[in-house]
Amino acid sequence: MKRKKSSGGNALTASTRRWALLFLGPVVAAFIIGFVWPFIQGIYLSFCKFRLVSDAQFTGFGNYVEALSDPSFVHSFWYTALFAIVSLVLINVLAFAVAYALTQGIKGSNLFRTVFFMPNLIGGIVLGYIWSMIFDGILSRFGTSILLNSRFGFWGLIILMCWQQIGYMMIIYIAGLQAVPEDMLEAARIDGATRWQTLWRVTIPNVMPSITICMFLSLTNGFKLFDQNLALTAGQPFIIQPDGSTIKTTEMLALNIYNTFYGSNAASPGIAQAKAVIFFILVAGLGLAQLAYTRKKEVQQ
Amino acid sequence: MNNKTHTLSAERRNKTILSVVLAVICVIYVLPVLMVLINSFKLNTFVKTDTFALPTGEMWAGMSNFVKGMTFGNYPFWKSVCYSVVITVLSTALILVCTSMAAWYIARVNSVFCKALYFLCVFSMVVPFQMVMFTLSRTADQLHLNTPFTIPIVYLGFGAGLAIFMFVGFVKSIPLEIEEAAAIDGCGPLRTFFLVVWPMLKPTMISVGILEIMWVWNDYLLPYLVLDRNLYRTITIHVQYLKGSYGTVDLGATMALILLSIIPVIVFYLTCQKHIIKGVAAGAVKG
Repeated sequence: MKRKKSSGGNALTASTRRWALLFLGPVVAAFIIGFVWPFIQGIYLSFCKFRLVSDAQFTGFGNYVEALSDPSFVHSFWYTALFAIVSLVLINVLAFAVAYALTQGIKGSNLFRTVFFMPNLIGGIVLGYIWSMIFDGILSRFGTSILLNSRFGFWGLIILMCWQQIGYMMIIYIAGLQAVPEDMLEAARIDGATRWQTLWRVTIPNVMPSITICMFLSLTNGFKLFDQNLALTAGQPFIIQPDGSTIKTTEMLALNIYNTFYGSNAASPGIAQAKAVIFFILVAGLGLAQLAYTRKKEVQQ
Repeated sequence: MNNKTHTLSAERRNKTILSVVLAVICVIYVLPVLMVLINSFKLNTFVKTDTFALPTGEMWAGMSNFVKGMTFGNYPFWKSVCYSVVITVLSTALILVCTSMAAWYIARVNSVFCKALYFLCVFSMVVPFQMVMFTLSRTADQLHLNTPFTIPIVYLGFGAGLAIFMFVGFVKSIPLEIEEAAAIDGCGPLRTFFLVVWPMLKPTMISVGILEIMWVWNDYLLPYLVLDRNLYRTITIHVQYLKGSYGTVDLGATMALILLSIIPVIVFYLTCQKHIIKGVAAGAVKG
């Protein structure tokens, strides 16, 4: 049986191989244009000094040294890390609570689910402008604005991201919660466990895979955030340093890289590209850690 | 007996309280969208001072915000709507057709090249756009991929990773016997793929399609950097131009434009809600 299957597969494979160009060609060509070549060129240019790409000169790690000694870049890194961790905790706790409430068999669960998920479909730029109007509507009564205080900018972005992401994480948590075996919960009830004990000892250990996925997702989303950051505060308020450089207090990593490339006083694109490579290593490290983790889990199961 | 009825009624009461709490949160959730609706009919000067008031009396702006927003900057809004639709439809169609073909080939032909390609696709999913934005927009410019009709190629290239990842996962779960039977009945690979495999891919097609539609429709930075901005603007770029530049900002007009840009999204959501939620949950592995 097994032998027959493999030989049949081989016959099929052999005739399929003749069509490789048709099946793979378009994707491979587009993939080279849209990813492989820009990626390789990006790595190369991060080691070069240039104004125009045509006269790029190799300088070694100079760009990386300059990128890491740029105070605005270092500031945006810590700001992003803080934002990612705070949003990770808040989004996951709230999303789990909502998902838990929605799986208790209450009336109107479907309607609630529909409403909570809705903000996910609205784009980041539009979301940023909607919330900047709302925050300024509140803050203008106190004679201030979200653009004037970096604390408002930080928590404003947190509220925005919670509003957008809770519904998304909620969907993943609901799927996890519905997969918890009913007989386990039943057994806990018969043994006299309280609701709280059941939640901590039975439910949460069983939805651990969903929790891991959601934590990684919200962490990488926090690190990669760009549109919402640009639309809500665009880095304001700015602080002018004694040496004349500016620190944009609510600027996150992605926006810092963008401003280094295209900002009004953009220095050298080489430095910006070096920042982008550092950013890539950070985000890819998080993503690969998630992949390795979920794969390990799959093997265990 | 008495005790049991007591806990049952307590349970029912708790559920009612929970429902009420969730309903309140629901209202808070919808509020921002309602604010957009209210303020799109309000005169600009009142948007900032009376954000939460209904547009009554002297605040009422009628349709003037919509007219202003749609004619802003000598760039007609209907054009950017058309370009957004063209880019989203073409990109999604191109991605679905090309990546499903490639994924089937990768899943069925176990060559070194296929394995390397698959690995590269998975790798590309963890690369943030900022890593390639400078070089990608230059390359796209040189190859004249800077129009709404050619930018789908860029989307195919940068977005192939997730689609191939999802399709390969699904194709591997389809039993090979079906395709073998087709081959024995005289189908070549082309007919096998399009007549036998393609219909089976439908659920994944819907999931991938929805993820790509949501991504491309809302995307800002890629079209902003790649497209020739004087000629082609998407809705998102149009909104950003109105709000983000040219000194004084007309908040009323911005809200009118935002309202126009989220109406299609909400209609789309309400009509295929079930598929959207399923598709998003399926794509959650992406990271």
